[in-house]
Formats: sequence, structure tokens, C-alpha cells
Amino acid sequence: MRLTCPVCGARDRREFYYMGDAVALQRPSPEASDEVWDDYLHNRDNPAGETRDLWQHEAGCGAWLVVRRNTITHEIYDVTLARDAKQALQEEAEA
Amino acid sequence: MIELKAKTACEGLLPKRVGDMRIEEAEAGQITSIALLEGQAAAVDEALMVTHKLSFPKPNRSTGRAGERLIWSGRGQAFLMGAALAADLSGLAAMTDQSDAWAVVRLEGEQGADVLARLVPVDLRPQNFKRGHTVRTLLGHMTVSITRVGDSSFQIMAFRSMAKTLVHELITAMESLGARG
Repeated sequence: MRLTCPVCGARDRREFYYMGDAVALQRPSPEASDEVWDDYLHNRDNPAGETRDLWQHEAGCGAWLVVRRNTITHEIYDVTLARDAKQALQEEAEA
Repeated sequence: MIELKAKTACEGLLPKRVGDMRIEEAEAGQITSIALLEGQAAAVDEALMVTHKLSFPKPNRSTGRAGERLIWSGRGQAFLMGAALAADLSGLAAMTDQSDAWAVVRLEGEQGADVLARLVPVDLRPQNFKRGHTVRTLLGHMTVSITRVGDSSFQIMAFRSMAKTLVHELITAMESLGARG
């Protein structure tokens, strides 16, 4: 498996650290209800198909990345900087 | 009063020669990490151009030459190696002196890329990895910075605490490659 880091280019999976669901980019507000926080902390989908995960290019440039991939076909759709993904989410929320 | 003796990272470990290949410790001189602050890339580039006549390197690239080199070392970050930082980058970048934090070695010989192919998951053959190209990657399980500084010469940097591992890994690869003839 190879991931294309937006900074470094295509690299071997060994250089990357896996962090899990990219839900961490959508942290609820401190005032959110217990149900919302419970959901954020503990509940994860286990989809057969498209997933959106956080990875870090640990042994390369150090950037945090959002990787969209398919757990059935192993296809990797795209890799974006977590910062850009977060900005896009914020712009979406403001719009 | 305790007398402390200065010791280089690879003292007693190098140089080492295997066939036509050799590794030796490099005289890295001063190493300053320059980490760009948000939105200051152009200003830092200009300041470095004025004082050092070097541009801030793009990812996977280095600028300059032996004695004064800027090596890309991460997202928005580069190492100035060999010379003290003359530019005032306060407010533009975060600087740290890392002079004694790295073990810096040079791998010399025509088969350098073949040696590294046994250890590194990046293609470092000359057609892909030319003079001045650099990568942050793995050597075995260890993070390193590798730069091609000549047609048959690589500079490899690892954390100083890993100097012995770095040398051991390289010598093992050189010897197994040498054994193939």
C-alpha cells in the first residue's frame, strides 16, 4: 500500500502512522450534550466501503493527513492535508 | 570540576570501508532548524536570499553547497547546515540550534544507492534522486534525512542517540551487498 502525501509524494505505508476515523477533526463544542460527546468519543462506524481516516506522515514531513479509501477494493481516492480538510469543514459550517 | 571531553556522534565507529564503498562521519558544523511561522514563507525566503544567497528549499530539495546548505527537513521546515544563521528571522520562523543532535555520515561509492535500497523505502537511484534531492524517510525502523550531495555521495542524518544503529545498519547492508560480488 502506498499513500501520496500532498507534501512529499507517493510513499510506502511504513512511513505513515494510522490514527483512525477523521471524526477527530469535528470535535464537539465543550457545551455540547453528553450524548454528543459520548458519540464522538466512543461510537464509530465500521463501513464496508468508503472510509475517511487520519494518518500522519510520521517518518516523512510530519504532516497530518486525511485519507479517503475503500476498505473493500483498497482503492485510495484522495489524500489531503488535515489542515485543509479542517478549513473546508469550517467554511462549510459557516456557509 | 568534571572535565567533559567533546566527542563526535560516530567517534570510534567510523570510518569504515567495504569493497569500493565507504562511510565516514561528516563535519556537519552548525545545524539550525528553521521552521516557518504561518504565512511567512516568502519573507523567510527573501531574508535568507539577502544574507546567505540561498532560497528556502522546496519539499524534497536542498539548496546551497558543502559548507553552507539548506536541507528541507519537514513540512515548512529546513536545516541550515555548515554556517551560522546570519538572518534575523524573529517573528518569521522558529529557530533551534540542533548542532549536536544529529549523527551525520557520508556514504561514498558507486553502489551507494544499492546499499540504501536494502534499507530505505524510497527510490534513491540517480535517475530519480539527483544531486540536491533530499528525503525524510526511514532507514530500517529509524527516521532519517538523506540527501544526495554528489554523483556517488549521500549524506545521511539520524538522531545522535541512534548513531550506533545507523552505522550498524549501513555496514550490514554494505557487507551483504559486497558478498554478492
